[in-house]
Amino acid sequence: MTSLLPILPALLLGLGAMALLIVGVLAKPEPAGFTTWGAIVLLVAAALVSCAAPDTLLFHGLLKTSLFTRFADALVYTAAVAALLLALDYNRKEGIARFEYPILVLLGVLGMVVMISAADLMTLYIGFELQSLALYIAAALARDSVRSTEAGLKYFVLGALASGLLVYGISLVYGFTGTTSFAALAGLLGANIGYGAVIGLVFVIVGLAFKISAAPFHMWTPDVYEGAPTSVTALFGTAPKAAAMALFLSVMTGPFGHLLAQWQMIIEILAIISMALGALAAIGQTNIKRLMAYSSIGHMGYALMGLAAGTEAGIQATLIYVAIYVVMSFGAFACIIAMRRRGQAVEKISDLAGLAAQRPGFAFAMALFMWAMAGIPPLSGFFGKLYVFSAALNAGLVTLVIIGIITSVISAFYYLRVIKVMYFDAGAPDFDAVPASVNFVMAVGAAVTALFILLPAPLITAASAAAKALMG
Amino acid sequence: MYTLIAVLAPLVGSLIAGVARPVIGRHAAIAGSIVFMLVSAGAGILAQLGGVQAPLHIASWISVGSFTPDWTLRQDELSLAMVAMVSLVSMLIHVYSIGYMAHDKTAPRFFAYMSLFTFAMLALVTANNLLQLFFGWEGVGLVSYLLINYWYERPAANAAAIKAFIVNRVGDLAFAVGIALTYFVFGSISFDQIFANVAAQAANGYTLFGTQFPVLEVIAILLFIGAMGKSAQLFLHTWLPDAMEGPTPISALIHAATMVAAGVFMVVRMSPVINAAPVAMEVITVIGGTTAFFAGTVGCVQNDIKRIIAYSTCSQLGYMFLAAGVGAYPVAMFHLINHAFFKALLFLAAGSVIHAMSDEQDIRLMGGLARKLPVTWLMMLFGSLALAGIPPFSGYYSKDAILGAAFLAHTPVALYGWGLGVFTALLTAFYTARVFLLTFHGQCRAPKHVQEHVHESPLVMLVPLLVLGAGALGSGYLLRDNFIGANFAQFWGPSINVAANSPMGALDAVPSWVAMAPLAAGIIGIAIAITFYVLAPALPAALSQQFGGLYRFLLNKWYFDELYDWLLVRPALRLAKFAWRFGDEQVIDGVPNGLATLTTDASTQTVKLQTGSIALYAFIMLIGLLGFLSLFLWVR
Repeated sequence: MTSLLPILPALLLGLGAMALLIVGVLAKPEPAGFTTWGAIVLLVAAALVSCAAPDTLLFHGLLKTSLFTRFADALVYTAAVAALLLALDYNRKEGIARFEYPILVLLGVLGMVVMISAADLMTLYIGFELQSLALYIAAALARDSVRSTEAGLKYFVLGALASGLLVYGISLVYGFTGTTSFAALAGLLGANIGYGAVIGLVFVIVGLAFKISAAPFHMWTPDVYEGAPTSVTALFGTAPKAAAMALFLSVMTGPFGHLLAQWQMIIEILAIISMALGALAAIGQTNIKRLMAYSSIGHMGYALMGLAAGTEAGIQATLIYVAIYVVMSFGAFACIIAMRRRGQAVEKISDLAGLAAQRPGFAFAMALFMWAMAGIPPLSGFFGKLYVFSAALNAGLVTLVIIGIITSVISAFYYLRVIKVMYFDAGAPDFDAVPASVNFVMAVGAAVTALFILLPAPLITAASAAAKALMG
Repeated sequence: MYTLIAVLAPLVGSLIAGVARPVIGRHAAIAGSIVFMLVSAGAGILAQLGGVQAPLHIASWISVGSFTPDWTLRQDELSLAMVAMVSLVSMLIHVYSIGYMAHDKTAPRFFAYMSLFTFAMLALVTANNLLQLFFGWEGVGLVSYLLINYWYERPAANAAAIKAFIVNRVGDLAFAVGIALTYFVFGSISFDQIFANVAAQAANGYTLFGTQFPVLEVIAILLFIGAMGKSAQLFLHTWLPDAMEGPTPISALIHAATMVAAGVFMVVRMSPVINAAPVAMEVITVIGGTTAFFAGTVGCVQNDIKRIIAYSTCSQLGYMFLAAGVGAYPVAMFHLINHAFFKALLFLAAGSVIHAMSDEQDIRLMGGLARKLPVTWLMMLFGSLALAGIPPFSGYYSKDAILGAAFLAHTPVALYGWGLGVFTALLTAFYTARVFLLTFHGQCRAPKHVQEHVHESPLVMLVPLLVLGAGALGSGYLLRDNFIGANFAQFWGPSINVAANSPMGALDAVPSWVAMAPLAAGIIGIAIAITFYVLAPALPAALSQQFGGLYRFLLNKWYFDELYDWLLVRPALRLAKFAWRFGDEQVIDGVPNGLATLTTDASTQTVKLQTGSIALYAFIMLIGLLGFLSLFLWVR
């Protein structure tokens, strides 16, 4: 049993997904609610089990569990549960309450967990593909909607391209070193750097950058965010981002850890372009989901700053940033999902006009998330930025920090504009009553975002321990 | 303890009237303010009767190294006399305002300001260190701004308030520098410690503009410049006549009990330092004497009843500084207290006249009001006689003593001050009689509809007038023995430092022709006024024709406003306009606006890339990949 414990969360997710699938196929009418709650129970169970799992190497070094993987897993589980809660009501009202969706989420999370725990390029790729395939389908969940199917297709085609680049990079690395094991790679690449392996590394980075939608590999993001059902977008904005960023961290510091001098500049450029694009392109948006897409691109840029630092403090900062981002993000998506007028979902920023007068609590929660994303103290988003900036500064990346500060000033514009629309523009949103599940996610998100300053220690110490576990 | 109540009660009243009004309503707000003023006045008088006590420590404020100012109430004779006078006069003005402001829509705000003003003044006079004094000093300055601007829809009130504030800033700058220098030199701003160390600093110098000055002279002159601003002395006097833009009770409060008295009080309070600075004393004497004369000349030709009284305030403050300058501080205080009563009386009586005349202030459009306003007439007469220095009214005693002290000091500057002072006594008597005669006697020159409305003020306004009238009649005689008589040293105790060589000791030994001179001047002045305005009414017009240049010079207040406008205001406006047009609009606004435009342009361009074409997306990804690869190979 002990030997099974580390893999038990993954088993729970995989087998549970199969079981729910059988129930879903057989039961009439379509048991969407049941599978959703079942998936939530499975995710919570997996999260609890994973907390108890010991550090170990599994399957001859294919998977590895540590404090780091548990930290990232916990983030993914939390985000997935939040996304399912948000989908509960939304999917029913949109007429897309299919029992498959929670199962797809479970399989996607399984892929993410494998990805996070990967200790070999092969397991990395398998996890990567599993979660990608699940998400491609999820994006096209509203299969009668042109926008949704277009989003799914776009995501799939571009994702396939990125996947191809990733696997090509892996093959190059394997070709030049003769191994796919992280540990072996770390040893080999430390001593002798071949051109081929390094070029392979660039391909791998591009594949991962696509997943976290770092510019210039972000092009899919705005279209998919806008086209996919909002409940799916809420998932896209959180769980896969956390998982892919964790994978990014473990790949860059693990097998390619000795190549810091080579990849540091690329990560810096990725971060700069992402931050700049996230800040600039969002200004012109009128659709709140597109706004969130560009916002997530920018946030991934900031998170990459920690990685670019290449230090343990940098890893810790990135983990803190991603954790805070996940909470702000699902909170904001809860607000977006609650934007529904006479049964019809609305997505324009201008639809929020006058919200503060009608629904002060709702407007205040949204304002909190916007302030936090803009990085205004004392909200959590400020501390995320503080940690990545100070890590980058201590690593001597002054230019990066200066650009980060400039772009965060620019991005404050569009976050604050949302608040301005809610509080100062005339209008009557007349939104429908917000369902309890959405209210719950919104309230939890708002509470964590606003009160983080009172009790930051658990997250900071956990992230510190995770970073230590990763860097050895 | 009484002092504490006297100081804090107006603050409570102010909060009730100002903050609690929406809850408790208009009448309760005004009543609250009045009740707490009555408490304050009662406590102030009890404190005075209770006698001198040790300073009352209230709280520590801040502690930075050796700089540890405390909130402490000083309760020596000087403070107690001021507390009693300020709270009493202010209370009377509060009561008077019930009637005067009865028709004003925002009267609670008015009472809140007045109580706050009183609090600031009381905090000033009970200060135990220079910082606390400065707190009250600035508090008075701030609230005076609010009060002068009480009718804030009137552009003239705005301008007057801003003028008062800015002119006071000039003096306050010097005052603040003086305080800082005091701390720098003495290592403390507590009065006791400063006074104890004056002797030790007497020989020390301070280098200013490359020249060595005795440090105490520099401090004394800086502090006096502050006092000049607050007490409207020559060069910084321009705000005071304009300050009558506020409601009349405010003028009474500013001109009589508070604000302008602060400068004189501060000089008296700092007497140990001033005494050690002979040059500064000569400056004070000259400025005081000149101001008395200047304001007297201007007062003779003005036509606005409040403006004339305002110039008389300026002039009387000059007398007080003249006394302080020759070292006769008790005499300055004596005149300050007397002046507080009769000047408050004059202003409130003038307010009663204005009230009766449907807000008309031009004395050329008055006349013959004596029969219609008998009580006001009598009270105005009391105030006028006190101001003109006619016995047995209070002004006679103190003005006489001031001029006697100036003569006895017998230095060239003191004699200069004495000469001007005696001549000013003539001018004072002349313009006071002029106001009185033009307002109350002769034919009524007001339009018909105004005449019909003329009525005596309600009782609530007359009672304070009667009390103040009694003060104007009796304060000089009653206070004389204690304030400046034989046992003045015992009365003031250590609160006022009178130098051994001051003329205080020999006040009774004034030559009789010197003692008679001010009274004679006053009688001549009144005689001239009677000639001009009763016996030969054509004479003033003829004279102003004959001496047109002089008349216009005086009418335009020696052209001080025009001079300052040309010298200071316009260049400042030009500089401000440059800073606005170029500095603000071009640079400060231009740079961020340009950046913002740049940002939105960049945003438009980036968004254009997002065409929705999957081929383009894939292309951009591959370009990115190629870019990274090239970079990689190039860097290596």
